[in-house]
Order: sequence, then structure tokens, then C-alpha cells
Amino acid sequence: MKILVPLKRVADPDNANKVKVNAGKLVTTGLEWKPNPFDEYAVETALRLTENGTATKTRQGEVVVVTFGPKDSETTLRAMLGTGADRAIRVDTGDDQIDGDVVARALKALVEKEKPDLVLCGKQAVDGDSGQVGQQLAEYLGWPQATFAGSIESEGDKALLVGREVDGGTIKLRVELPAVVSVDLRIVAPKSVKSVHTPATHAYPEGVRFAALMAIMAAKKKPLAEVKLADLTSDAAPKIQYLDYELPPARKAGVKVKDVTELVTRLKTEAKVV
Amino acid sequence: MFLFETDEHAELRKNARRFAETRIKPHASAWEEAEEFPRELYGEVARAGLLGVSYPEELGGMGGDISHALVASEEMVLAGHSVGTVVGVGSHGIALPPIVRLGTPEQKERFVRPVLTGEKISALGITEPGGGSDVASLRTTAVRDGDHYVVNGSKTFITSGVRADFVTTAVRTGGPGHGGVSLLVIERGTKGFTVGKKLKKTGWWATDTAELSFEECRVPVANLIGEENTGFYAIMMNFASERIYLAAQCVAIAELAYRESITYAKERHAFGKSLMGFQVTRHKLADMASRIAAARALTGEITIRYVRGEDVTSLAAKAKNVATDTCSFVCDQAVQIHGGNGYMREYLVERLYRDARLYPIGGGTREIMNEIISKTEGYG
Ligand SMILES: Cc1cc2nc3c(=O)[nH]c(=O)nc-3n(C[C@H](O)[C@H](O)[C@H](O)COP(=O)(O)OP(=O)(O)OC[C@H]3O[C@@H](n4cnc5c(N)ncnc54)[C@H](O)[C@@H]3O)c2cc1C
Repeated sequence: MKILVPLKRVADPDNANKVKVNAGKLVTTGLEWKPNPFDEYAVETALRLTENGTATKTRQGEVVVVTFGPKDSETTLRAMLGTGADRAIRVDTGDDQIDGDVVARALKALVEKEKPDLVLCGKQAVDGDSGQVGQQLAEYLGWPQATFAGSIESEGDKALLVGREVDGGTIKLRVELPAVVSVDLRIVAPKSVKSVHTPATHAYPEGVRFAALMAIMAAKKKPLAEVKLADLTSDAAPKIQYLDYELPPARKAGVKVKDVTELVTRLKTEAKVV
Repeated sequence: MFLFETDEHAELRKNARRFAETRIKPHASAWEEAEEFPRELYGEVARAGLLGVSYPEELGGMGGDISHALVASEEMVLAGHSVGTVVGVGSHGIALPPIVRLGTPEQKERFVRPVLTGEKISALGITEPGGGSDVASLRTTAVRDGDHYVVNGSKTFITSGVRADFVTTAVRTGGPGHGGVSLLVIERGTKGFTVGKKLKKTGWWATDTAELSFEECRVPVANLIGEENTGFYAIMMNFASERIYLAAQCVAIAELAYRESITYAKERHAFGKSLMGFQVTRHKLADMASRIAAARALTGEITIRYVRGEDVTSLAAKAKNVATDTCSFVCDQAVQIHGGNGYMREYLVERLYRDARLYPIGGGTREIMNEIISKTEGYG
């Protein structure tokens, strides 16, 4: 199975306090970048679908990762090549010249060129939280889609049985390939992904895998291609205009109460919530 | 960050941080207080790709060199908050190199591979109750008897000695002085090899430290590392890399104590302002930062020289002393900034202060480092 995983880098959410706003623009200098966690789960899912669980160096298929960004976003791609992806593509753009729709349309062109059996993406990016690219891409391609996958079982690499968590249970959807699937956090639980190559009993360690040092070093030699955005879509103008940015107000200091009675009184008289 | 770090080091750092944040930090205090971390941790560290860093792939290692190992271990200290755990998990860093360098293929399979997968624990036994600085005068004897050596004597202060499955041991196979020393791998369970009680220490609590004794202990000749009576040279080679590791640990501990101090100085208030509001505090931190920068620069330089294959005997001694002094100074200042809390076990800097005390002693004392420097500088 050939799988395409689009991924983006996000400012390290643990250092979100370093984000600054200057004259209505986001200042990204000095931020530490991390792969969007849900995209990392998508890469992990793609790897699990194309291996037998034990010989994780042997890929039974191909995993191609793609990102949109400036030159230094290649670090994110190299990291994914280190964990086991075969090939990477960087669509050259600035960080703030694109929106989900541009990405989806460019990805459509890329999918038509690469012809993957499956596009796996994270359910959303933790910076903008738009959660649009997967769905839009499926629409543009006219492919079936399953969103927020918590489990995936491959049925002979012809179809996927996708579990989605909903209130009070799990819905199972059967999507025929080629398809677009977006993944949720639970997809990286030990037994969430069943490939045609993996014994049913196999359990992965929780979470995404660690890249071995020699794989990190070998990743330098794996192919990484650069593509111009204009070569993928003639209409590269973002539809979303960001008018202004504002930092959340600084948190005010709290108050200590001496007992429950005072707490209740304050909730009534000051917070007016009870 | 060391100047030598590349994107590869950065990725490795991320892995080490993720591992230590989730698997060490939540238990750091508990393991330190219990004076033990779970044995399974070795396997987990191995599976996260962090145990075999700097060891050849053919032996089950992760490739890379000492620069990678230093980065992984620094980040585990910074993110894991338990120096004892990291040095305990890392005891193979001094036990394996002589085997990797001088061992036969069969010895490497038997001793190196299972340690790098986390199945076996290894230790290095040089120091004796009678003395550690004067290695050439060690008294544990190994007398050849057919296919075996008969070992008599004892070792002390052995890191991971309580749980070790084997100990790379310095023994006297020949006459007096350094020309009579050999390295012998002595396995747990060998008749006559007993492990004494776990020693109570100032710091490094999460790691076990043991006294070992050998009484008519018969060790197969097949366990001799390198040629008979050439062990002293191997031990000295090993000391050079050990001292680089120790210098890097000092940098890591100092860095952590410094970071903790910044956080504390911002949060703690006195006389109506934060501690950071006092110039005295800021200048303390500035001194700490400067010393760390110097120790890090020298540790980085020696690492590069070591990787290039230069003889770093003298520079390793200098780097160890500089880093050791930095670590002692910074941890002392960190406790001072924390005031009474800095003296309390609940606070990390209290532990780091105790951990720091080992470094001018272990791996060759501060005075012995100066002896080495005096000799190589040719003071006469
Ligand atoms: C926590 C811990 C872990 C350790 N782990 C290990 C381990 O895994 N394996 C191992 O083999 N050893 C280990 N050691 C032992 C350590 O390497 C020795 O403690 C160290 O080498 C010093 O030896 P000593 O304690 O016998 O001190 P001594 O050699 O007795 O020295 C005592 C004092 O005399 C000074 N001195 C000695 N000779 C001279 C001289 N020529 N000139 C000036 N001053 C001198 C020393 O500097 C020191 O201040 C460990 C020690 C500790 C505390």
C-alpha cells in the first residue's frame, strides 16, 4: 500500500507563551517548531499499516510525507524520514501565505501525480485548529473519507474498517480505497492499527515510535524533493484573510479562601455563578 | 546545547526528552528516595533507542559517537530530573568500551549485545577498599590455573554493582605496578563472587553502589579482555572517555540547577518584589550562566577532539575539573537562591547539590586530575 501523509510543523505548544504579536502580525522568530502531534500520529499509522510489527525497518509499501513551508521546515520532514517514511516532498511556501483550501487544492494535484492508495492526515493542527484539509481534499478528489479515526483495520489493502469514537460507543465505517482518512489520538494505542502484514496479537508500545540514531543519520540520504506551489495549483490565493491577532489577556492572580463558606459566598456575590 | 550539535543531535535530544519526561520525571523523586529504579527501565531505554547510542550497529548499538551519547544523557538529566537514574542506566558507558575496543567477537556477542538490549546490566570494577587513586597498586589477584583464573580480593564503590550481571574487573595477573594488571569479565553467579550490601551515599541515590568480594573465584580464561598484563593501558583509555561523560554530566546538572533557580527567583517574593528584582540575585544567575557556558565550551571542544582521534588525556583531566567546579559552584548558588527551601528534600536543587559532590571524587579525584595535568605539562 502506498500512503501519502501531509504534515505541518507547529510552534511548540509547551512554549506557547513565546508567541508574540507585533502590529497585528504573528511573530514566529525564536519559536521552537514541532511536528503537529496529530500528523505524527498519522505517520505512525502509515508505518504500522505498511509493516509486520516486528521487522520495522522493512516497509511493505511506501510512505511519502509532504509538508508546505519554507526551507527550514525540511527539518520536520527529515524527522519523519528518521522514523521510517521513505520519501519526502516539500511544497515551497511561506508560513503565512496559505490556508487550508490552498493546501487541499495543491494536495489534490500532488495526489493525482503520486497516486497513493491512501491519504492519512491528522484530524487537525494544534495551532490554528481549523481541521479542514482532509475533508476538503476528499471532496476535491471525489474520494471516500473517514474522519477522526481511533482505529483502522486493513481489509486486504482494498478497504479499511475505520473506528470513530462517538458518544456512547464506536462507529465502524468501511471505506474503499483510495480514500482520505484523518486520525485522532487513540490511533496510536497499542492495538489500534491492524495491517495485513501484522499478526492480530501484535501490540505496539503506546504512542509514536522513537527514531533510532542510525535511522536519523540515514534519513539524510533519503529523497526529499522540492515542488513549487504554482506547479500544483494555479490559484494559490488564500481565501481566508487574517485581519488581526491578539494575545489572550494575562491571567489575573487568584484569591485564597479560608473555607467552603467563604468560597460559596464569593461564588454568589463576586463570581455570581451560583 | 553544545557547539558540535547538528540536526541529528537535535532529533536525538527530542527523543531523549520525550522519553525522560514520560518515563523518568514522574518517578524521579520516588526512585531517588527508594534508592532504586525498576530494572525494566533498561529495556525501555533500549527500545527508545537511547541505550546503544555510540555503539556499533553490528553489536546491536545505535551508531553515532560519544557526542551523541553526551547529548542523549544530558537531555535525560534535564528532562528526567533524576541524576541517579541516568547514571545507573548508563553504567555500561564505563563497563563496555574496553570490551568493544579489545574483546574478541565471541566476547562482544556474550557481553555487549545483551547489555545494549537492556537484558543484562554491566559494571566496571577498578576501585578497591584499599584505594582508588593509585590504580597501578591494585591488590585483587588472578592466578592462572588451567583454563581458569582464580580471583581473590575485593572492589568497592562499584556503580550498578548490586544488580550487575557481570563486572569488567581490574585484576593483578602479573608482577607489581601497572605492567601486571589485566581486565577480566566476572559474571554474577560465579562461585566465590559475592555482592555486599548496597552502600548508603550522599547523592546519586537512585543508582546502587556496591562492594564486591572474590574468594577463590574461578573465572574462565575466555573472559580475559585483551592480552594479559596490558589492562592498565585499557583502563587509562577508558578513563579518558569516562571523564568526558562526567564533565558532560556536570554541565547537565549545573544547567538544570540554573534553570530551577531562574524559575524560583521569578516566583518567590521578598521585601515586596520577586527575588529576580534584586540585583544580587541577577548577578548570581549571571555568574552561574557564565561558568556553565565555559564548562560547556570546554566539554564541547574535548568531545570534538576525542571524536577526531586526538590524545585527550590531559584535556580530559582539565575539562573534568572545570566542569566539576562549575557544577559544585552552580548547585551551591542554586541552593542559596532557594533559601530554606533549597535545604529541603522536596526541592530538586537540594538533590542536585548532593549529586554534585560526587564529581570531584568519582572517575579520578580532582587532585589526581591535577597530577595528570602536571605530568603532561611536564612540570618536572
Ligand atoms: C558514587 C561513587 C561511584 C563510583 N563508581 C565507581 C565504579 O563504578 N567503579 C570503580 O571502579 N570506582 C568507582 N568509584 C570509585 C572512585 O573512582 C574512587 O572513589 C576515586 O577514584 C578515589 O579513590 P578513593 O576513594 O580510594 O580515594 P583515595 O585514593 O584514597 O584518595 C583519598 C584522597 O587522597 C587524595 N590523593 C590520593 N592520591 C593523591 C596524590 N597522588 N596526590 C594528591 N592527592 C592524592 C585524593 O585526591 C583524595 O582526596 C565510585 C565512587 C563513588 C563515590
